[in-house]
Amino acid sequence: MEDTPVLALSGVSKAFGAVRAVRDVSLELYAGEVHALAGENGAGKSTLVKILSGVHRPDTGQILLDGAPVEFAGPADAQQAGVAVIYQEPTLFPDLSVTENIFMGRQPRARLGIDRRAMRASAAELFTRLGVQLDPDQPARGLSIADQQLVEIAKALSRQARVLIMDEPTAALSGKEVARLFGVAKALREQGCALLFISHRLEEMFELCQRVTTLRDGAFVASDMIADITPDDLVRRMVGRELDALFPKQETTAGEVALSVRRLTREGVFTDVSFEVRRGEIVALAGLVGAGRSEVARAVFGIDRWDAGSVEVDGKRLRPASPTAAMAAGLALVPEDRRQQGLVMDLSIERNIGLAGLAALHRGPLISRLAERQRAKDWAVRLQLKFARLTDPVNVLSGGNQQKVVLAKWLARKPSVIIVDEPTRGIDVGTKAEVHRLLSELAGTGVAVLMISSELPEVLGMADRVLVMHEGRLVAEIDRADATEESVMAAATGRTAA
Amino acid sequence: MTATATRPERITRNGGRRLVDLVARVRELGILAALAALFGVTGAVNPSFLTYGSLRDILLNTAIVAMLAVGQTLVVITRNVDLSVSSVVGLSAFGGALVLADNPGVPIPLVIAGCVALGAACGAVNGLLVGAAKVPALVATLGTLYAFRGIDYAVAGGRQVNAADMPDGFLSLGTRSVLGVPLLALVALAVLLVVGWMLRNLRSGRELYAIGSNPEAAVLAGIQVRRRIMAAFVANGALAGLAGVMWAARFGTVDATVATGKELDVIAAVVVGGVAIFGGSGTVYGAALGALLLASITSALAVLRVDALAQTAINGALLIAAIVLDRLLALRVAAALRRRRFHDDN
Ligand SMILES: Nc1ncnc2c1ncn2[C@@H]1O[C@H](COP(=O)(O)OP(=O)(O)OP(=O)(O)O)[C@@H](O)[C@H]1O
Ligand SMILES: [Mg+2]
Repeated sequence: MEDTPVLALSGVSKAFGAVRAVRDVSLELYAGEVHALAGENGAGKSTLVKILSGVHRPDTGQILLDGAPVEFAGPADAQQAGVAVIYQEPTLFPDLSVTENIFMGRQPRARLGIDRRAMRASAAELFTRLGVQLDPDQPARGLSIADQQLVEIAKALSRQARVLIMDEPTAALSGKEVARLFGVAKALREQGCALLFISHRLEEMFELCQRVTTLRDGAFVASDMIADITPDDLVRRMVGRELDALFPKQETTAGEVALSVRRLTREGVFTDVSFEVRRGEIVALAGLVGAGRSEVARAVFGIDRWDAGSVEVDGKRLRPASPTAAMAAGLALVPEDRRQQGLVMDLSIERNIGLAGLAALHRGPLISRLAERQRAKDWAVRLQLKFARLTDPVNVLSGGNQQKVVLAKWLARKPSVIIVDEPTRGIDVGTKAEVHRLLSELAGTGVAVLMISSELPEVLGMADRVLVMHEGRLVAEIDRADATEESVMAAATGRTAA
Repeated sequence: MTATATRPERITRNGGRRLVDLVARVRELGILAALAALFGVTGAVNPSFLTYGSLRDILLNTAIVAMLAVGQTLVVITRNVDLSVSSVVGLSAFGGALVLADNPGVPIPLVIAGCVALGAACGAVNGLLVGAAKVPALVATLGTLYAFRGIDYAVAGGRQVNAADMPDGFLSLGTRSVLGVPLLALVALAVLLVVGWMLRNLRSGRELYAIGSNPEAAVLAGIQVRRRIMAAFVANGALAGLAGVMWAARFGTVDATVATGKELDVIAAVVVGGVAIFGGSGTVYGAALGALLLASITSALAVLRVDALAQTAINGALLIAAIVLDRLLALRVAAALRRRRFHDDN
């Protein structure tokens, strides 16, 4: 196996102003091998990806293609060299069809212009290969994050590249889709493709990859064969210290009902959903991607309107379709799509954290910058946010750190009911435990927590009760004592009746 | 959302295409319906509106704005705008007329080619400012709007070229008809069809939409964003240059103020035609229909003896109606997509 790597980095560094995102990192991608890149949020993984794909130019060091130094002046050069990339954040064209998104810039050509039929057929074929049902002619606008991610994957596959780089492709996917993706990735590996895979889920790395390179604070830590190390070794390399396992929820006594949802229906999305969340309780909402969980959350919070049913917070009925009313009643929602719904990307970190709780920052008619900064500072420390200055815009933060800012923004409001949608998506192992501790602490102080999560260990570890949705309906309610992977999955896949 | 995980493979659906196409068509059908209503009502009130001469005038008035709207669409699709077109038309019209007047015997095709090249050069200046120097298009082309007009004034020095100074062969281009259709309208139609085909069937055409739809993603997709934006401005400039010669041929009398303020008519036509002002969607056919509708309204109001001032207000109302219609359609589509996805899943 020790032949020349297809693509390699040697002693590469990259700084953004004062932030040294990547420092003297070397990495070798071999044909027929899946290479994992591990590291905490902000460790420099995505930056490394963007160096490999020609988006960023390294300040020092070299990119080697088949052993020979190359310079990528832009993404087009890297693509020319056979490098395909799935970026962490979807990069779709909302106005164009899914098919056009996949083939943009490389559409198959007929004698006169683009061969639309061939293009559409190839897209349909890709979707079959990935086992997804997407209409090739559907516009990309309005796709769920999971579907967006699947289109990205199809796009990268269609390039038939020699090197395939995947930056957290599984973050938004559920088990079945991940399995499909891994099937395809393994097939590519057999065909001699070199792959680079990034994920915060250790088990995924151990299942798919042969080699793993670890980064910490932008610096190279180690490169090992997966077979030679244990998950604990890997965590130690990433974090630089021992780590407790998943944080189990503390026992609390459930108080009165804080959130009560009655027969909520939104035509075409979910039907007849009823449940309650009591003070001090963490209730998980489990189910497959697309079961309608986030949609319920959005409706409860008033972002979408509902067609029938009611929502009560602390015994008071909420006005439908009014987030303002929901917030005034003490409801908070940490949304799943941070870029579009959670953050104002061009505003600073402190502004974003301050946004949801402006009232608490008022001193007379004005907003106190000092209070705003103080609050941001507190939360930055609690969530181990990695940043240069609190006044930096959030769009320069790493993906996981953006997620932390969204969390901070809502936690800072001290809500009485909080709905968190995939709270640890894209968050590294160390901080995940921290987020769990925070949620548990919140519940301890009498907050009612509704947690949507696709990660079963998280659901089983944290929830007092598990609600399971399947195709827009609530199909099961399982107590902590009875909740097992089997019982939850069975309900989520529709194998039990409620 | 698709509950992909729970269902066996299924033949991919086909509703999305129909829906999107339908919306595009609804948009253009809407304009056609408005045109039909306009002609019906105006013709009923005053039958002289439907005579050959009147219709011919409308086509002639439309031709130049439609051509400019087609060019403008290329730029607007990329999430930019070109305010300077009217000045380019002015410069080209006066430049062409001056050359023809001062050099009797100069080949007319050469003059036309020269005007197109002049327009393209102006477009290149805009393209460099926006594409290479990253000046926001609104500001850059507002600057060149004044700059090009300034050059026009400087060259003219208060002169005016009259029809009598220009060769008849040239002027007849503006009045000649082929099978009863004015030549200028045919030229505009040809431009429309060619550009429309290119936008739909060439990679470079699709890339313009991609750039306007998500500029960052376009860069990541390896699209030569700068080059494409440059090309859009140059093409728009060239069409403005051609429109300038057409102007000179049609009106015969040309001074340095030609086409002043026309850029607003052009942008109005583009917006009424359903081209999204934030880029990424819309067709040149829509833009051309928009130009036709606006020109027809102007003529109709004249026939109906409506005050010229009221015309402006009516154009404004029409613009707002177009935008409201777009908004409503967008909401409908979103709702339909949502419902369709759910039903297909279950
Ligand atoms: N364009 C930029 N300008 C300034 N700083 C940046 C920029 N891009 C990244 N950074 C900084 O570089 C560091 C590394 O970020 P990167 O996105 O590579 O992290 P990551 O390892 O991918 O993390 P995550 O797991 O959260 O996705 C972070 O501190 C981030 O704030
Ligand atoms: Mg990242």
